Amino acid sequence: MKERKVVDPEYLLKEAPREKKFLIGNEAVAEAVKRANVDIGVSYPITPQSEAMHLVGDIYAEGYLKDYYRAEHELGAMAAVAGAAMGGARTFTATSGPGTLRAFEMFPCWAGARLPIVCAFMCRGVNSPLTIQPDNIEIGWLMDTGMLIFHAENPQEFFDMLLQAYVIAEQPDVHIPVGVCADGFFVTHTREIVEVTPEDEMLPPYDPSKSPCPTMDMETPPIRQIRDPFVMKSNYISYNAHASWQQEVRAAAERSRKHIAKYLGSSIEVTNPDAEILLMASGTAAAQARVAVERAQKDGIDAGLVKVKVIRPFPDKEIRELTENPKAILVPEHNIVGWLAREVMSRTDYTKVCGGPRVFGGMTMPPEVILSEIKNLARVI
Amino acid sequence: MHFPIILFLTKNWLESHMASAICSQKDYKVVPGPEAYLSPAAASMGIVLPEKGQGLIEGQIVSEKVAMEAIAKKLLGAKNPTFFPGPNVLWAVSEKAVAKAVALQEMVKAVPGMKIIPMPDYRPKYPMINPEVEINPNHPNLTIWHNEIDVCVFAGVHCHYANLALKIIRGGTDCYTIALCANPGHEDAMISLRDVHVEDIRRLTKVIERLREGSK
Repeated sequence: MKERKVVDPEYLLKEAPREKKFLIGNEAVAEAVKRANVDIGVSYPITPQSEAMHLVGDIYAEGYLKDYYRAEHELGAMAAVAGAAMGGARTFTATSGPGTLRAFEMFPCWAGARLPIVCAFMCRGVNSPLTIQPDNIEIGWLMDTGMLIFHAENPQEFFDMLLQAYVIAEQPDVHIPVGVCADGFFVTHTREIVEVTPEDEMLPPYDPSKSPCPTMDMETPPIRQIRDPFVMKSNYISYNAHASWQQEVRAAAERSRKHIAKYLGSSIEVTNPDAEILLMASGTAAAQARVAVERAQKDGIDAGLVKVKVIRPFPDKEIRELTENPKAILVPEHNIVGWLAREVMSRTDYTKVCGGPRVFGGMTMPPEVILSEIKNLARVI
Repeated sequence: MHFPIILFLTKNWLESHMASAICSQKDYKVVPGPEAYLSPAAASMGIVLPEKGQGLIEGQIVSEKVAMEAIAKKLLGAKNPTFFPGPNVLWAVSEKAVAKAVALQEMVKAVPGMKIIPMPDYRPKYPMINPEVEINPNHPNLTIWHNEIDVCVFAGVHCHYANLALKIIRGGTDCYTIALCANPGHEDAMISLRDVHVEDIRRLTKVIERLREGSK
């Protein structure tokens, strides 16, 4: 193994010196995994993620991980990291679009088994005819798996959020998986300046003795908690245990809020919160919305932006408060279903919320498209 | 022939069985039940875990000292106090586990009439649990009902399973629950301490002994 120094998570995330590198998002992922002291990475290729797990394989060869292999398919990859995490290992994997769907059964299983797995989702379209292009509809499907969901805007956030994800996921009161999502190609294949922490400093190793469930160890009791599931019986007691189990997973997500505040700073970033027209966006839509808001302000329109970084647990209180005063709320998104608009609508006076503009299937969202919607709204409010 | 099924729901039935739906987060208190057909997880009702040096009493943050006094009073005032040790103190996996188990035994001895019913593992017990000799996190209410336990203490149970048990007990019984947690504590218990290790258990035992002697 590569000789490296274990450092305090708060130091690594907030104080460690940073070196500027010119990286694409997928390279930033490998740089984060290097510093996360990951025990095992399991890969299965799918565009636009393939390169990230390929690079994780390269750093395994350099001695940054203890183990790495290519699974037989996405479900196999996700099941493998589940097994490793149950055995007390820190794990990493990544997938995209159709790969996410092929592996989907494992995500609620990870959450249900209280496994602090970190998975990167490089979002791409899911469609027939086939598309490999950017589209984040899969975040809408992942939202109710019980996982925590972060949405990175750029390679820098992708790097930071992956490291933050490990620290938050492994808190004993949280201990559920984190999906760190980024829009495919716009983030994974875009080269930007990324400020990274020193290569020879890494997070402390995962401590499975703090896990809220026993680590699977065939020589140390208790074992077999998965071997005898309550599904074997059909009665009130079994159902009640299942229901309570699911409630506890959601409770764990609630408990993550204070750790998110500590390590991410906040679930949202706000520019001009008192604006008449407030835009709410996540991922690369937030980047485009920021440009549109700046142009609108130059044109004399009172516009502001709320960038949502954490999709689960959703920042309910913050969104409720921020949506009280604006006359209109615009939610630009890179998907056809408008999952962020749905989230915002369910937490405020929905008549104020204009879901859109939306692009998908690989289409870009020029700021002009958003600006045009802002101007339309400014005329009618 | 099909007959329409008519459900007659009284106001009382609704209030007692739909607590999670009708109780606002602001009003929520973690108190003995039976609370509801399916009671909510306290964390989802806005109850937050204590910070270091603090404890929880019925959902309210208090100092660790106040929580310890409240635990001692509850145990000494109970008709049938019972300790539920979990796998972390039942199995001698480390010297730390053994030391903690010894300290917990001393605590039990300090409470007149306190029984021990173990939670040796987490497997649901089918076809039937023997509630006189063990408790299980998936159906802890059976052991509480059978033994008519009015106050119980959890220690050495992995946090996920402790929360399952504590919530199910609150949902279906009137038992007062206390959790001595080695990690950040349990919102689903009526009283919870966090970061409880050997020295903390000994301090709690001393509080119990002081109050017991004072009441003579």
